[in-house]
Amino acid sequence: MKIHEYQARQIFRDYGIPVPDGVLCYTVYEVEKAAREMNRMVVVKAQVLAGGRGKAGGVKLARTAEDAKAAAKQILGMDIKGLIVEKVLVTEAVDIEKEFYVGLINDRNTKSITLMVSAEGGVEIEEVAKNNPEKIIKFSINPLTGLLDYQARNVAMELFGNIKLAQKAASIFMKLYKLYIETDSTLAEINPLVLTTGNEILAIDGKMNFDDNALFRQPKILAMRELDEEELQEIAANEKGLAYIKLDGNIGCMVNGAGLAMATMDMIKLYGGSPANFLDIGGSSNPQKVIDAMNILLSDKNVKAVMINIFGGITRCDDVAKGLIKALEIIMTDIPIVVRLSGTNAEEGLALLKQTGLPTVSSMSEAAQMAIELSKR
Amino acid sequence: MSILVNKDTKLVVQGITGRDGKFHTGKMKEYGTNVVAGVSPGKEGETLDGIPVFNSVAHAVQYTGANTSIIFVPAAFAADAILEASEAGIKLVIAISEGVPIQDMIRVTPILKMNGTLLIGPNCPGLITPGEALVGILPAMIFKEGNIGFISRSGTLTYEVVNLLSLNDFGQTTCVGIGGDPVAGLYFIDLLEMFENDPETKAVVLIGEIGGDAEEQAARFIAEKMTKPVVAFIAGQTAPPGKRMGHAGAIISSGAGTAAEKIAAFNKAGVPVAKEPSEIPVLLRQKLEGKI
Repeated sequence: MKIHEYQARQIFRDYGIPVPDGVLCYTVYEVEKAAREMNRMVVVKAQVLAGGRGKAGGVKLARTAEDAKAAAKQILGMDIKGLIVEKVLVTEAVDIEKEFYVGLINDRNTKSITLMVSAEGGVEIEEVAKNNPEKIIKFSINPLTGLLDYQARNVAMELFGNIKLAQKAASIFMKLYKLYIETDSTLAEINPLVLTTGNEILAIDGKMNFDDNALFRQPKILAMRELDEEELQEIAANEKGLAYIKLDGNIGCMVNGAGLAMATMDMIKLYGGSPANFLDIGGSSNPQKVIDAMNILLSDKNVKAVMINIFGGITRCDDVAKGLIKALEIIMTDIPIVVRLSGTNAEEGLALLKQTGLPTVSSMSEAAQMAIELSKR
Repeated sequence: MSILVNKDTKLVVQGITGRDGKFHTGKMKEYGTNVVAGVSPGKEGETLDGIPVFNSVAHAVQYTGANTSIIFVPAAFAADAILEASEAGIKLVIAISEGVPIQDMIRVTPILKMNGTLLIGPNCPGLITPGEALVGILPAMIFKEGNIGFISRSGTLTYEVVNLLSLNDFGQTTCVGIGGDPVAGLYFIDLLEMFENDPETKAVVLIGEIGGDAEEQAARFIAEKMTKPVVAFIAGQTAPPGKRMGHAGAIISSGAGTAAEKIAAFNKAGVPVAKEPSEIPVLLRQKLEGKI
């Protein structure tokens, strides 16, 4: 799960990380008012759940309230990577001496949380990793002790080379680690962390992601969730025990298991078609699931053919067939459906499906090719 | 021979009285797995399918000599169950539970290392040594005794491919589903090494998917350390970046972890990558006959 910059700043502030003052605004009028009240140079920043806002023109410096108003007019309603800007953050501009990067991330290789810092702040860390990997300092944190004061200080010292500043920065690293643990984060970035001309260290921009598996114990984080239409659809599917992701193609797929679902999409592509979705109905063969899955698939108007690919393990193919027969009685559709059943009780399942007249096949590749063929009619 | 589980496996089932635990305990026993105990706090003294139930893993180990554990408890309690098994002296833990928080797994990892406990999963289908022991939720009838080692990050795709192998007379020494989570127990390299050292295993089939760089690491390991042939398949070539395809580990972002990168790494290591599952037995045969 992702959150906006203004939400990340709020979490930072709750944990005592210094953040410049800011106001969230939804209208041009609110921006002008906020800038006037701050009575100094401000930055107007688009709040969308996408990176590269600066490059897209979604972040503007404004010297006066008038400038801020003009900036808001440009930014509100702007399209950044397909997302429309509905709100902006107006923050105090600060006099920057130097910009740094600080981030915490789960590292699957070391199976630990890694602290990453760099003197190359203000640009995307992926760019630094690609072009100047030697400029990133990484420190793998022992999960049993957590990040220790002296470790944070040593890392900060490498970055700042001055113990006074290093102590200030280390205190921010410690707070960032604490909030990372306490919110079940999977990414917490301060970029840039700035050293001001007044020798202050401030978090100017923040990005946080959270572990979806841990949301059950993070009610405060869950309350920050903001979903677009596609995600709403995905969550509605989740609540029915299905995993659904919409794609751009025209062949609807219904598969049991995530890996097989991905392989099914790949196969459709391999034979020259284009998958309309990823849909994993999971392990159970409850007929209701099949009905729900068919409803979701067919609500996508791009779908011209459906490929059902079931490999019965624990899932019994005859149960899936029964669910499908029931689903088709309820959902009247003239979209062609190809069914591939294999594994546990496949023969019984295929026999049941005979009465429906649906084309049935026993291999994945045949099913993919047939679905592509039917989608062209 | 085989790896990890065999006739000497003495299995304890944590969460044996739950719906899944109960169902799969029956299946494992039916297959011939030596299920010696179950754990379900508050139910000590009961039996299930003739299997004694204990309040704790420590008790189960004390009374039955269990050496391997399989975990079916809900995700929120999985880390606790894994640690309980490890502290009780269990040397191999298989966590089936799906949806375990990543930081729970990060905290568990160093303790397992100190205790010398091996973990498979979480969010995995388990493993099977055909003809000897099934420790997981894999559908037993598709497996066949033989000489192929099998490692996969996915569940049903495993069944698809194993079925194709068995139909083509490629039986298996051991098949391991390592699970789709970003922070998990044994991974490709650990298992490749075990198969390399297993005299019975003649070749290995590896099923990877998008996300992370475990496949790239496996490719390097194969090139440097393995004498046995390996054939691979990567799922998720058409997956859009940044999306979670059912598995938390299957996220591709920031240009790392794409199928194309993984396929390139395998090709460089001399590992043929199948375009579709049905090509795997074909490539395996060619590789074993020294034709590729």
